[in-house]
Amino acid sequence: MSVRITGLSRRFNGQAALDDVSLEIARGEFTALLGPSGSGKTTLLRVLAGLDFPDAGLVEIDGRDVGQVPARERRVGVVFQHYALFRHMSVAENVAFGLRVRPRATRPAAAEIDRRVRELLELVQIPELAGRFPDQCSGGQRQRIALARALAIEPLLLLLDEPFAALDAVVRKDVRRWVRGLHDRLGITTILVTHDQEEALELADRVAVLDRGRLAQFAPPATLLEAPATAFVAGFLGEASCIPARLSGGRLESPLPGLAAPPAWPDGALRLFLRPHEVAVEAGPGPGLVRMVHPSLGAGTRVVLELEGHVLEGVVPPGLPVPERGGPCGLRALAATAFHEDGSRARLA
Amino acid sequence: MRQDKDSTGMEVRADGALCFTGPLGTADAARLWTRAMEACKRGVPLVDAAGVTQLSGAGAVLLAEAARRAGGVELRPPNERAAAENLKRMAAALAAAPPPAPPRPVGFVTRIGQMVLGAGAQCRTRLSFLGEVTQGWIALLARPWRLRFSELTRHLDEAGTRGFGLCILLGTLIGVILAFQSSIPMRKFGAEVFVPQLVGISLVRELGPLIAAIVLAGRSASAYAAELGTMRVNEEIDALSVMGIDPVAWLVLPRIFAAGLVMPVLTLVMNLTGLLGMGVVMGGLGIPASMVMNSLQDWISVGDLAGGLFKAMVFGLTIGLIGCRAGLKAGGGPRAVGDAATSAVVGSLVAVVVLDGIFAVIFFRLGW
Repeated sequence: MSVRITGLSRRFNGQAALDDVSLEIARGEFTALLGPSGSGKTTLLRVLAGLDFPDAGLVEIDGRDVGQVPARERRVGVVFQHYALFRHMSVAENVAFGLRVRPRATRPAAAEIDRRVRELLELVQIPELAGRFPDQCSGGQRQRIALARALAIEPLLLLLDEPFAALDAVVRKDVRRWVRGLHDRLGITTILVTHDQEEALELADRVAVLDRGRLAQFAPPATLLEAPATAFVAGFLGEASCIPARLSGGRLESPLPGLAAPPAWPDGALRLFLRPHEVAVEAGPGPGLVRMVHPSLGAGTRVVLELEGHVLEGVVPPGLPVPERGGPCGLRALAATAFHEDGSRARLA
Repeated sequence: MRQDKDSTGMEVRADGALCFTGPLGTADAARLWTRAMEACKRGVPLVDAAGVTQLSGAGAVLLAEAARRAGGVELRPPNERAAAENLKRMAAALAAAPPPAPPRPVGFVTRIGQMVLGAGAQCRTRLSFLGEVTQGWIALLARPWRLRFSELTRHLDEAGTRGFGLCILLGTLIGVILAFQSSIPMRKFGAEVFVPQLVGISLVRELGPLIAAIVLAGRSASAYAAELGTMRVNEEIDALSVMGIDPVAWLVLPRIFAAGLVMPVLTLVMNLTGLLGMGVVMGGLGIPASMVMNSLQDWISVGDLAGGLFKAMVFGLTIGLIGCRAGLKAGGGPRAVGDAATSAVVGSLVAVVVLDGIFAVIFFRLGW
């Protein structure tokens, strides 16, 4: 089921939670809504689910304007952040609930419901938990129950609200891949809300980055990393550090050596975004002050350093001596993404 | 020419410059702050920190703020290198993230306006909730089997049968207290015989429903608010809506219905035990039970009782409504549920007393 959002705005007490957001999501696509807290991603999800209503704008699901359609008629499955399982019902009852409460005309027979619940619990790989209560299940299991419950109503659209936030790191990675696999098998249009960029970039076909209620960029993960549309996206994704610089008379004035001035830009203030692997650090005298050193697999040693009051992350190539914590170090920029104050972007090397 | 001398190294020099010397630690900065800002208000052409030997973060903020308040005058950095670097870093940090401006003071008239608008908005949401519930009732009238009877009986049990003990205790005590208190002045006139009538009428018409309402507000309004508030915070209510269930019909109506049904019963228990308690006291004062019974029969009509019970039912519906609304509109955060329970109890008590006043006027006009 395709989703189209046009000019969506929502204000809470005069504060814009969503500001003129437009998105188009294709049938069967896995989309992530990514942004820091307060960027409006959960509000957007609630509007899609029919739990909140926009002040302006249009939401079309499968070509139908759902502005006045209440949540219960949208056939949207939602997995909530805290799973919202009904504690006084067993796992099987939780999953069956959405079917049992349907009006008699559309309600499947009891035997059919039981069969579907069994199928769903097998699909989420927890058939043995059917008789337990949610409080007797682990976080990862509850998450699967919530997913089974959301799928029970045969949703046309599946919404996941930070579903992995309450899981520990190892389980999270596991469940994440499993969810993506499930999506690939079932083909339900899925929207994931998250503040974790790793999650969004790994799972989604396309990622919508939200910045204070506005859509900053909506693109596949690779595009986001290679060609961020705004300074916000560049700073939010890929652990980039931000260094201010100036362009005057065609010369780049920045605290970082190693960068050439971008061609054909007017003078003005720039912001340089550098990923750790774009900053080469070497032990020895230099302008940098080493704050933290930690080894990382494969890619040399990561160094957090301070340069004229700015904190940035760099890498000591493997095999070279590692600077000491608290001591000075030399550094050189290998590449950077630059944003001019007029909004244009260039890749520097 | 001013010549302010400070023991820890702040002075206004002959040329008017505000001059800092010596170590400028956090405590020094705090101590000097007011005087420095006053000096800056009078106007200084230069803030000179050349003589500062050590500079804390707070000291750096003091210097930067002094230069800013004096109208952005020059700030001469300390000669000491470490202190100068400190100052530079702090100035950069302050420039990057200036402290937020304090909210503009709101005028008296504006504040009144805001309060009126806020109250209006609150009234609107309350009315809309009342409308939603009424709509739910009307829908239920057409299909009464849609009411969840299991839920209804559960709430009847929790609000009703489990509240009986408390009602019996309170009713008896109220009867005893009223009988004792009123017999003291009555005895002066030798009118103790009238105590049963006095206590009976006030219990049946007024105190029975009121105290039962207090019991219900304390036990059930808070429970409703806490239950629904927890469900709201856990997003269970959203989950219900998404699965096609109207939370009002599913959760609210059985609760309100139960509260409305249970209140007359609680009131009756309260009345009976109150009269019993009064009878016991009267017996102790030497007035025989038959006399008490006779005077009660003479003075209390079925109309009195019916009026009290009707009032009780209205109180019950109101308490249920307020309790459920408080729960449903609970916000996020760890305090939300507690706040919802508090506002449910306070709201229902106020509503009950206001309603009681309205009933008093109506009954008086009707001559009931």
